[in-house]
Amino acid sequence: MATYLEFIQQNEERDGVRFSWNVWPSSRLEATRMVVPLACILTPLKERPDLPPVQYEPVLCSRPTCRAILNPLCQVDYRAKLWACNFCFQRNQFPPAYAGISEVNQPAELMPQFSTVEYVIQRGAQSPLIFLYVVDTCLEEDDLQALKESLQMSLSLLPPDALVGLITFGRMVQVHELSCEGISKSYVFRGTKDLTAKQIQDMLGLTKPAVPVHPARPAQPQEHPSISSRFLQPIHKIDMNLTDLLGELQRDPWPVPQGKRPLRSTGVALSIAVGLLEGTFPNTGARIMLFIGGPPTQGPGMVVGDELKVPIRSWHDIEKDNARFMKKATKHYEMLANRAAANGHCIDIYACALDQTGLLEMKCCTNLTGGHMVMGDSFNTSLFKQTFQRIFSKDFNGNFRMAFGATLEVKTSRELKVAGAIGPCVSLNVKGPCVSENELGVGGTSQWKICGLDPTSTLGIYFEVVNQHNAPIPQGGRGAIQFVTHYQHSSTQRRIRVTTIARNWADAQSQLKHIEAAFDQEAAAVLMARLGVFRAESEEGPDVLRWLDRQLIRLCQKFGQYTKEDPASFRLSDSFSLYPQFMFHLRRSPFLQVFNNSPDESSYYRHHFARQDLTQSLIMIQPILYSYSFHGPPEPVLLDSSSILADRILLMDTFFQIVIYLGETIAQWQKAGYQDMPEYENFKHLLQAPLDDAQEILHARFPMPRYINTEHGGSQARFLLSKVNPSQTHNNLYAWGQETGAPILTDDVSLQVFMDHLKKLAVSSAC
Amino acid sequence: MNVNQSAPPVPPFGQPQPVYLGHHQSSYGGQPGSTTAPTSYGAYNGPVPGYQQTPPPGVSRAPPSSGAPPASTAQGPCGQTAYGQFGQGDVQNGPSSTVQMQRLPGYQPFGSAILAPVVSQPAVLQPYGPPPTSAQVTAQLAGMQISGTVAPASPPSGLGYGPPTSLASASGSFPNSGLYGSYPQGQAPPLGQAQGHPGTQPPQRPVPLQASSFTPPASGGPRMPSMTGPLLPGQSFGGPPVSQPNHVSSPAPQALPPGTQMTGPPGPPLPPMHSSQQPGYQLQQNGSFGPTRGPQSNYGSPYPGAAAFGSQPGPPQPLPAKRLDPDAIPSPIQVIEDDRNNRGSEPFVTGVRGQVPPLVTTNFLVKDQGNASPRYIRCTSYNIPCTSDMAKQAQVPLAAVIKPLARLPPEEASPYVVDHGESGPLRCNRCKAYMCPFMQFVEGGRRFQCCFCSCINDVPPQYFQHLDHTGKRVDAYDRPELSLGSYEFLATVDYCKNNKFPSPPAFIFMIDVSYNAIRSGLVRLLCEELKSLLDFLPREGGAEESAIRVGFVTYNKVLHFYNVKSSLAQPQMMVVSDVGDMFVPLLDGFLVNINESQAVITSLLDQIPEMFADTRETETVFAPVIQAGMEALKAAECAGKLFLFHTSLPIAEAPGKLKNRDDRKLINTDKEKTLFQPQTGAYQTLAKECVAQGCCVDLFLFPNQYVDVATLSVVPQLTGGSVYKYACFQVENDQERFLSDLRRDVQKVVGFDAVMRVRTSTGIRAVDFFGAFYMNNTTDVELAGLDGDKTVTVEFKHDDRLNEENGALLQCALLYTSCAGQRRLRIHNLALNCCTQLADLYRNCETDTLINYMAKFAYRGVLSSPVKTVRDTLITQCAQILACYRKNCASPSSAGQLILPECMKLLPVYLNCVLKSDVLQPGAEVTTDDRAYVRQLVTSMDVAETNVFFYPRLLPLTKSPIENTTEPPAVRASEERLSNGDIYLLENGLNLFLWVGASVQQGVVQSLFGVSSFSQITSGLSVLPVLDNLLSKKVQGLIDSLRAQRSRYMKLIVVKQEDKLETLFKHFLVEDKSLSGGASYVDFLCHMHKEIRQLLS
Repeated sequence: MATYLEFIQQNEERDGVRFSWNVWPSSRLEATRMVVPLACILTPLKERPDLPPVQYEPVLCSRPTCRAILNPLCQVDYRAKLWACNFCFQRNQFPPAYAGISEVNQPAELMPQFSTVEYVIQRGAQSPLIFLYVVDTCLEEDDLQALKESLQMSLSLLPPDALVGLITFGRMVQVHELSCEGISKSYVFRGTKDLTAKQIQDMLGLTKPAVPVHPARPAQPQEHPSISSRFLQPIHKIDMNLTDLLGELQRDPWPVPQGKRPLRSTGVALSIAVGLLEGTFPNTGARIMLFIGGPPTQGPGMVVGDELKVPIRSWHDIEKDNARFMKKATKHYEMLANRAAANGHCIDIYACALDQTGLLEMKCCTNLTGGHMVMGDSFNTSLFKQTFQRIFSKDFNGNFRMAFGATLEVKTSRELKVAGAIGPCVSLNVKGPCVSENELGVGGTSQWKICGLDPTSTLGIYFEVVNQHNAPIPQGGRGAIQFVTHYQHSSTQRRIRVTTIARNWADAQSQLKHIEAAFDQEAAAVLMARLGVFRAESEEGPDVLRWLDRQLIRLCQKFGQYTKEDPASFRLSDSFSLYPQFMFHLRRSPFLQVFNNSPDESSYYRHHFARQDLTQSLIMIQPILYSYSFHGPPEPVLLDSSSILADRILLMDTFFQIVIYLGETIAQWQKAGYQDMPEYENFKHLLQAPLDDAQEILHARFPMPRYINTEHGGSQARFLLSKVNPSQTHNNLYAWGQETGAPILTDDVSLQVFMDHLKKLAVSSAC
Repeated sequence: MNVNQSAPPVPPFGQPQPVYLGHHQSSYGGQPGSTTAPTSYGAYNGPVPGYQQTPPPGVSRAPPSSGAPPASTAQGPCGQTAYGQFGQGDVQNGPSSTVQMQRLPGYQPFGSAILAPVVSQPAVLQPYGPPPTSAQVTAQLAGMQISGTVAPASPPSGLGYGPPTSLASASGSFPNSGLYGSYPQGQAPPLGQAQGHPGTQPPQRPVPLQASSFTPPASGGPRMPSMTGPLLPGQSFGGPPVSQPNHVSSPAPQALPPGTQMTGPPGPPLPPMHSSQQPGYQLQQNGSFGPTRGPQSNYGSPYPGAAAFGSQPGPPQPLPAKRLDPDAIPSPIQVIEDDRNNRGSEPFVTGVRGQVPPLVTTNFLVKDQGNASPRYIRCTSYNIPCTSDMAKQAQVPLAAVIKPLARLPPEEASPYVVDHGESGPLRCNRCKAYMCPFMQFVEGGRRFQCCFCSCINDVPPQYFQHLDHTGKRVDAYDRPELSLGSYEFLATVDYCKNNKFPSPPAFIFMIDVSYNAIRSGLVRLLCEELKSLLDFLPREGGAEESAIRVGFVTYNKVLHFYNVKSSLAQPQMMVVSDVGDMFVPLLDGFLVNINESQAVITSLLDQIPEMFADTRETETVFAPVIQAGMEALKAAECAGKLFLFHTSLPIAEAPGKLKNRDDRKLINTDKEKTLFQPQTGAYQTLAKECVAQGCCVDLFLFPNQYVDVATLSVVPQLTGGSVYKYACFQVENDQERFLSDLRRDVQKVVGFDAVMRVRTSTGIRAVDFFGAFYMNNTTDVELAGLDGDKTVTVEFKHDDRLNEENGALLQCALLYTSCAGQRRLRIHNLALNCCTQLADLYRNCETDTLINYMAKFAYRGVLSSPVKTVRDTLITQCAQILACYRKNCASPSSAGQLILPECMKLLPVYLNCVLKSDVLQPGAEVTTDDRAYVRQLVTSMDVAETNVFFYPRLLPLTKSPIENTTEPPAVRASEERLSNGDIYLLENGLNLFLWVGASVQQGVVQSLFGVSSFSQITSGLSVLPVLDNLLSKKVQGLIDSLRAQRSRYMKLIVVKQEDKLETLFKHFLVEDKSLSGGASYVDFLCHMHKEIRQLLS
């Protein structure tokens, strides 16, 4: 097993890929019996400090339907200067530049350790990065002030040649022209009227070749031949200007009558932002950053009316089909998201308000374009400020951790087909020989567009084994998959990252053990969870749970060792042992449970779940709990109510929240002020330890988690209590009858109960 | 009404009682019995007399005026009688101008010394007399002289009328004439007594003092003078008081005669007569009287001369044979001069029902004594036929030209504001008429009977007041609404939109910044000007700063709004390109207080020309601009005015987009009307919205080519705005005109969000309205904005019988928001007489007003009918009017004789001018835009403007001695009148030409143009050099004063004789044949005669 773990880890580090199965069942039939589909978690731009990009272009297979890229798995005839494509077996000539190739003089892409190679494409004009701020001005004064400061700060973080633009909105939408001296100039749009892209471009004067409103600068044309220069300007030119402009930004001046929400034209503002970029920089990496402080209340995309007495939709309303605006709004934003995606622009949403802001409707904007979604209570919180700042963080090379306008292409060897992908992407609808008819996630294509991605953006990609049962795999044959990611690097270079992997085939009947041993239960849990969450977006919650349960039971039936009808005899091998527990927590997670979450929150959680890498995803599924005590060094403990003890400090990381919980005794000590007494310095250290650890997590995490410091009996302790396995509840407290742990007042089943049922069902012959 | 004149110190509200008393007596006392209010009487005499005319013959002489001081009671009666006489007497007085002159000087001493005792008088004197100033005196003198030479002035109709129709109609008048003869004598004595009177009679001149002093008599005096001296006979007519007015006309001595004669085509013989012989006058008078007076028949008989006229001289059919002598036909110049001489020197007192005011060309003061000043309302006729049959027969349109917010000369007080408290203005419960002097209080003052609908209403307790023994409320003179013709009420919240008091209005400047506007320098000029102009926004009363807020928009294909909030360091521009669905992008900071945002606004105005300096955008939008302004006002919840500065046909893709449809080929076809119609209905809809919001639009056009004025002016037209057009605008040439117009337009006082309603007494009804406004229903005239230059012409029709006794009342109520945001009601009341005799109608007409109405009627007609039809209609109507007169009122005479009513003797010449105007008969060089422009201009012109517009003033500059600083007497607008050794100035309210004869003395050329010879004068020059010599200063001064008189700046064009520009100039010589085929005056007169004869036969 150790070997497999190492193998998996090694693969992940090198290629950013983890497969649910690392040995593949050799036929379609067997594959379906495996329950968990053959799939992988792919982090396309995983940071590889050790991987310098090569400065030339990849060599492609000459077969038009294949176009696979030369990789270490290809067979090469050095003498004839030929290589055989390992996907279509086409024999190709090396290009002239490879004339000097020999067994001792191999290009990087043929070396086995370079299963992942990054090429830099030198052709084509480099286009600058584009950042378009879309700012809600219907904010409270201090919120707006904080936001303005954050925005001004961000200007200093942008690369000097990046283009920036500013759109503000409230009741009206203003597109600010940044190039003008003296009078600040903006184009204003009505917040209630949906405009087509063409109209927007007409109105912004983008359709005509150079409207010389500012003919005073003849020097510009070469720099930016594009007419858009009025609205999108290089930061180094208008830095001061924009800073002032932001500084002068006022709250939306239109009066808001008593009992009304401010009129907020988010839908139109976003539409204009998309239209503006669409008309000026299609297919260039651009980031639309939408800052909202409340729900859209008018125009297309409105989520709630402006009457305060009518609350914004809740899950209850949605179930009852009472959410008047939801469908229309969702449609509006989907349309925008698709347009933005088609042009390679990504949309971020930074929503800071105490109430919902309509993320449910707008989620597709981020989900389809690979943008960030950040949800906070106020722009005046460190949660927002630091999260926002972190967007502009840089990697070890000093480059921004962001990439734009990526396309991910998946090529498979003949026995496999691509069934779909789940992640921050849209389908490019490229049919090809390797596209499966069955869809899992976003399918029907072998290419996806990921408009914005960073080193942690991760997709789940699902495959289907299509080899027929009676068509044996050639002995020693390996299945191969190539991931080709074209993207615009933050240095504005176009790059291509190619990852080619191969796995062994195994006959499921004769070599089940191999297959079983090569199961990656963590990856599998995440992949199944993604499927579940993906379904939950369109299906009723209970159906998804039932589906997950059934899959789990089938998996247990397939791989458990038991005697029929004897639950006690049930055993799972090590490679499967954690899987049921993951499923248990997944069922309770906010990704599938909407209880206690607003629709916006659900959307937010699901958004992040669909884009984070495996480790983070696992934390989301099953939060991590550390215990600090005088009894020893900090240790991870079970996410169980029994871990909540009076003399412990607990640190829980749910990805979205970091909770520090002081046990009852500790809390009392703290109240008594022991930590301030020199003789109890160790207590002080104990108190400090989880704080330090939390800081460490906070530093690395994006988005910033909510940081909660609470104690026994504190109201915020609910964050902890709702996550732990309710092994002790008011129902069984006395049965367990000791002072261990804290009872959770819930009717939820505990892991124990869950497992008992699972065993019973797994061994039953009924299903 | 000589009567009133003296009395009315006027709207004495402010003033203490004395005045009132006087008032009281004069007006009321007069009728009932002057006895009541004795004390002040003397002063007032004026008024009384008018009423009592009936007695006149006998009584007449009592020289009321002088009497004033002493005996109250006694005088009362005397006064009246005297008045009657006065009227007459006045007539006589008129003549001797010299005498009057003397008086004037005497005046002052007089007033102070002798008159002093008289309580009221002094007061009176001062205001009116403006005697002290030497200038005036001289002016008067001049006037007097003229009159002297000329002839009799027409006394106010009032006199004549008072003694109702009977007089007029009654041939009896003649007998009077006999009386008249006596009059002089009679008067003489009285004069002696009453100082005032004396004035009246020529002989007595010595007395003059009073005449002059008495402002009152003045009226009589001046008019009469002319008459009297020479023509007793004339007076005789006057005898029937009525006649006097006629005389007036007749006074135009020579001219008149011809006038009369003219009738008889045979003109020739006549002329000599007139000129030479005074007797001739009589004849003339016939002609003239005929008209005014009673039926000519009377005259005819009495005056053999008259009869002779037609028959004698004129071989019946001279027409064809000879060309009419232009001197023999009625001359507008003469009529104007006469009226000026006869009526210009005394105030016009409005206390008497149905009196014809002086002509618009005459300078006179008005004293409001219960009827609205003619500055507010003028009628086509002050005697309305009692029945619709009569009206139909006469074909004289019954119309009133109302200028509700007319500006008054500084000597006249603007209407008093009355606050009736929370309950709002007192109104009749049934017809909703507002409380006015004609309401009758009954039952001891507990109720009042509506003078319009006769409904009896309760008087609310807080308004109750006891009546005196005449049935008048005791407090009548403390309350403007009970004693004045014009006054204002403060409106309560019920009169406000949405039941909210209005906020102060706003001005929004919307500037075209397309290529054309920038290139012509307009934008720079305008921005520069606005910087200083904004400090002079209209303010109310003594307010320190204007309440009006301002906003700025520039536009080409898109609109740019500016945020000029005071807290900003720099203005912010907000571009709205969604022109299809206009909206206002900002609220706060768009409309700002001038003072607070001064710095930002200045910065903005500095930057606008720079920002667009290099624009290439040539396309513009138009409707969205207005829409934007309107929406802005809506958002700010206020009324206001948009100033649009626009250069080109709006062809950009947007609502209200227009195409070039100028097509000269349509002229004289049935489709010609389309040139005047708007291209699209969008602008009407827009205008309607504007009106609902109280958004008035003033449009300044700077076209280089066709811009479709007909369509663009729809909104200004319907919102009560103005259109200014500067074709081919160039800063160097047109700057002064534009800036002057702009300043005036921005500074003038405007009422916003106004509704005007004209109520009439039962029997007639306002049926049609002309002017710049919008009407949602048939009665309410809605004006988004209304300024002091805008006029509404209202036509009345009978819907029942009128009653001679009650007369006909008009009440024009205007609800508006003042420029400080106060909601007010302005009420104008006017009482007219009713008549059963056509002669009365013809005797009390005002041709200028008639022309105003007919022009507006015709100019509206071109929208729906071919121009030819419109012209024919006009001619037919005119012929019918004159034929009816001929048939029913004139003395029998040969058919070949053209007899014109005195009051209408200028109708043909004026009508011909209307027919020849650009709209109805365009010349080759007149563009479609010009026609549309003029068409809409005329629509809201008042009587004075139409008068000079259709018959331009032609002033010889070098005829009179240089030292003579008064305005030179005009000459007739005909090339024949131009002498090539002179220089002339021609103005029509829009244009100003300086015509230089080819053989003008070099010295004159030198001193005026600063060049040595005629040939060196630049043709087309628009500015005269400022030179330090008398002539130059005088001409400059004259030009300035002419410009000051007009509501639009007239650009000067220097035309040299025989130069190519002269064609343009000749276009305005309206008595001549025009190049475009317009008939000459003489030809038209003949044509008219033919028409009349056809009708008669």
